[in-house]
Amino acid sequence: MLNQYPLWKYLLIALLVLAGFVYSLPNLFQEDPALQISGSRGSVQVEQTQLNQAIQALENAGITPLASELSQNAGLIRFNTSEDQLNAKPLVQAALGDTYVVALNLAESTPDWLSALGAQPMKLGLDLRGGVHFLLEVDMQAAVKQRMEVYSSEIKTLLRKEGLRYRGLQVEQGQLQVRLRNQEDLEAAAALMRREYNEFTVSTEAQATDFRLMAILNETSVRALEDYAVEQNLTTLRNRVNELGVSEPLVQRQGRNRIVVELPGIQDTAAAKRILGATANLEFRLEAKTSAASTETEVFRFRDNPQRNATLERDLIITGNSVSNASVGFDEQNNPQVNIRLDAQGGKLMLDATRTSIGRRMAVLFIEHKTRTRVITNARGEKIEERIPYVEKGIISLATIQSALGNSFRITGLDSTREASELSLLLRAGSLAAPIYFVEERTIGPSLGQQNIDQGVTSIQLGMFLVLVFMLVWYKRFGLYANLALAANILLLTAAMSILGATLTLPGIAGIVLTLGMAVDANVLIFARIKEELANGATPHAAIHGGYERAFTTILDANLTTLLVAVILFAMGTGPVKGFAVTLSIGIITSMFTAIVVTRALVNLTYGRQRQLESLSL
Amino acid sequence: MSHLLKTHLDFMGKRTLALIASAVLLVISIGSLAIQGMQFGLDFTGGTLVELRYESAPELAQIREQLEQAGYADVTVQNFGTATDILVRLQQGFSPDVGDEVRSLLQAQQAYPIELVRSAFVGSQVGEELREQGGLGMLLALGVVMLYVAFRFQYKFAVGAVLALIHDVLILLGIFSLFQLEFDLTVLAAVLAVIGYSLNDTIVVYDRIRENFRMLRIEDAAEIANLSLNQTLSRTLVTSLTTLLVLLALFFVGGDLIHNFALALIIGISVGTYSSVYIAGSALLALKLTRQDLIVPIQGEVEDDRP
Repeated sequence: MLNQYPLWKYLLIALLVLAGFVYSLPNLFQEDPALQISGSRGSVQVEQTQLNQAIQALENAGITPLASELSQNAGLIRFNTSEDQLNAKPLVQAALGDTYVVALNLAESTPDWLSALGAQPMKLGLDLRGGVHFLLEVDMQAAVKQRMEVYSSEIKTLLRKEGLRYRGLQVEQGQLQVRLRNQEDLEAAAALMRREYNEFTVSTEAQATDFRLMAILNETSVRALEDYAVEQNLTTLRNRVNELGVSEPLVQRQGRNRIVVELPGIQDTAAAKRILGATANLEFRLEAKTSAASTETEVFRFRDNPQRNATLERDLIITGNSVSNASVGFDEQNNPQVNIRLDAQGGKLMLDATRTSIGRRMAVLFIEHKTRTRVITNARGEKIEERIPYVEKGIISLATIQSALGNSFRITGLDSTREASELSLLLRAGSLAAPIYFVEERTIGPSLGQQNIDQGVTSIQLGMFLVLVFMLVWYKRFGLYANLALAANILLLTAAMSILGATLTLPGIAGIVLTLGMAVDANVLIFARIKEELANGATPHAAIHGGYERAFTTILDANLTTLLVAVILFAMGTGPVKGFAVTLSIGIITSMFTAIVVTRALVNLTYGRQRQLESLSL
Repeated sequence: MSHLLKTHLDFMGKRTLALIASAVLLVISIGSLAIQGMQFGLDFTGGTLVELRYESAPELAQIREQLEQAGYADVTVQNFGTATDILVRLQQGFSPDVGDEVRSLLQAQQAYPIELVRSAFVGSQVGEELREQGGLGMLLALGVVMLYVAFRFQYKFAVGAVLALIHDVLILLGIFSLFQLEFDLTVLAAVLAVIGYSLNDTIVVYDRIRENFRMLRIEDAAEIANLSLNQTLSRTLVTSLTTLLVLLALFFVGGDLIHNFALALIIGISVGTYSSVYIAGSALLALKLTRQDLIVPIQGEVEDDRP
C-alpha cells in the first residue's frame, strides 16, 4: 500500500494539531485591564482588608470593578475598560497610602483548566500594548574615574604607612601619577605598588630631580570594573522600576555597556526618566570648626538659597548608601520630610561622630551627578555630541546636634513633597555605581498599540482569505488539503510562540503574514511534481508517492537556506528585526511539518483506500 | 485551471535582453545610491520624532512656525496617515527631553488635549552602530548562503545564487534611493527577508537544473536551463503570487508603520522572481557549467564490495 500511513502516525499528527489548538487557545481570551497591589517592602502583606478598602474607595467614586482576587502576597482588581483602570489608580493609591505599590497591569483571563496545562497567551510587545522603551548607556569613563579616585586615596594612605613621602599624587586621563623625592623612594614605591595592586601596570620615569611613578589600570581590571558598574546599575534600575510600580517591566543588559528598560503601560515618560536616570545621593558632614585648616574644609552653598553658604569638614560621616529604609512624612509645620533608617554600620558611624560633637552643627548635602550635553564641530567638520559630566552639591539642611544620633532620624529642608518622595525612593532603591544617560527612547501611546493590533489582525485575515481562495481555485481538492494544512500551521505557530514565551510585535505579525504566503510554497512544489508524474504516465497512486518524495529535497534545501537567513537576522538584529526573525524561523519549521506531513496524511486518508483510483482532483 | 501553465518558453535565448535590462536597472540603482544616497529613517540617523493626534486637522505651516520660533532648527512637520495626525521630526535631537518639550509647546496653543501617539529619540551613536550592524548582517547573510549552496550544490551555483541576490538587493535599495523612500529598521528586515525568499526561489530552479543534468542525456547547458525553468515556472509564479497576495493585504490594511516594509517586500519579491528565472540561470551559463561539475564522485564503498 503506497499511500497509507499506519494508524499511529495519523493519531500522532491529530494529537499534535490538537495540542496546537489547545496551546493557542489562551490567545483568544482578551486580557483585562487591572490594578495590581503589592507591598512596597517584602514584609508588607496585602490582605483582604486592603482589597476591600480599595474597592470601597472605588465604589464611592462610582467605579465598579469587574472582579478582584488575592494571590501570593498581591491583590488584583480587574476592570471593564482601561479608562476605568486609569481613573482608579490614583484613587486606590490614595486609599491605601505609601506602604503599598499600585501598578497598572493587564491581567490574563485564561481559564483555570488551560492554565493548569501550562497554556498561556503570547506576550505583546510594546508596539502592541503601548508603553515606553529606554536604552541607557553607562558612562564607563566616569565609572573608571570614580574608581581611580578611590584608589588614589587608598594609595596615599599606603604610601604614608610605608613612610614613603611623595610630592604630589594626581589622576589624569585614567592614569595615576605619583611624584616622589628620590630614586630609592621611587623604586620602593614601584615595588610596593606592584606587590599590592596587580590591577595596575606600573612604570617609572626618573629625570634629574623629577621622580615619577605612573600606574594605569590594565585591560582585565577595566573590564571587571565595567562589568561591576553595569551589573550594579542593573540592580539599582530594577529596584527603581519596582518602586515605580510597573507590572512586567524588562530591565536587561545589552552589549558591553548598555541597559534596556521597557515599561509597558507607562504614559508619563518624564517622571519615569527622572527617576531612572536620577543620581541623587546624600552626604552627612559636620560643620568645620573655625580653627580648622583650610585644606581640611570645603565651602558649599545652600540649595534653596545660593547666597548662603557654610564651611564643612572634608571628611564625611556617611553617605546615602548606608540608608536601609526611607519614607516620606511631614513635620509639625506640615513641611515634607524624609524619615531615614540607617543600616548597622552606618548607625554606628553616625553614633560615633555625633556623640563627640553635641552642640556642633551637621549638614546634609544633596548630591546630583548631571551631564550637560552640547554640540561641537570636530576637526572633520562633523557635528558630534559631547557630554560633560558635573556634580552638583548643595546643603539641604544644617542643624545643631542636640543629642547623639542613632540609626534613625529625619531630614528636612526639601522643596516639595514630590522631591521628598523621590529622594526617599532613590535612597531605598540605591544609587547608581556610574552615571547613565539615555541614548534611545520610544514611547507608544495606548491607542496606537490597539490600532496596530487591529490592523495586524485584519491583514492576517485578509491575506489568509486571499491565499485560501486562490489555492482552492487553482488546486481544487488538493488546494483544500493545502488550506487545511495552512490552518494547522497558524495553530502550531501560535502555540509554539505562546509556549516559548516569545513576544509578539508588529514586525512579528508581518512575519506571520509573510509565512502564510510562503507556507503554501512547499505544497505548490509537491503538487507541481505530482502533476508532472501524472503527465509522464504514472498511475495516480505512484504520482502522489513520487511527487511527495521528489519534492522533499527541494523543499528541505529551500527552507533550510531561508532558516539560515532568519537565524542570522535574529543573532544580529535588535528590537523589530528580532521579532520578525523569531516568527519567520518558527513559521518555516511549522510550515514544513504541515505542508509535508499534514497534507500527506489528508491525501492518504482520502485517496489511500481507493484501490481503483482513476484521476486526481488537482 | 492550473493546466494553463504548460510552457515551452525560450528563457535562455532571451538572456542577452534580460541582461541588458538588469544592467540598466543596476546602473540606475547604483547611480542613485551614489548621487542621492539613502533616505535613512530615524533608526539609523538618530534624532527625534513625535507623532501627535489632534482633534481636527491642524495647520502644518503654523506648527512649523511655532517650533521654529521656539528655537528648533531643521524641523519637518508632515501629516502621517490621516489629516489629524502630524509627525514632527527633528534631526538634531541631542537630548532625550526634546520630544516632551515639543509636545508641551504645541499643547500650550490648543484648548483640547493633544494625544501623544508615539515618540522616539535615538542617539546619533546608536543610529550609526545600527547602520554598521545592518550592513554587516546583510554581508554575513550573503556569505553564509554562499557557503551553504557551495556545500549542497557546487561553487558555480553558489556564485550564481549570490550574484542573483546582490542583483535583487541592489535594485531594491536603488528603488528606495531613487524615490527617496524612508529606509528604517523594518525595511532592513524586509531586505533580509528578500534575501531569504529570492534564495528560496533560486534554489528550487537550481535543484531542477542539477536533477536534469544528472538524469537527461542533454549536454547543452542552455537547453537544460530552459527545460528546468519551464518545469518550475508554474511553481515560481504560483508561490510569488500567493506571497504577493498577502503582501498586498499588509500594504493596504497593515497600517502606516509597516507600509514601507510591505512595499520593500513587494518590490523585492517581484525582482527576486525575475532574477531567479533570468539572472540565476544566465549566471550558470556564463560560468560554463558542465555535466562534469555535477557528477557524483564514485563511492569507495562500491568498489570494496566486489569480490
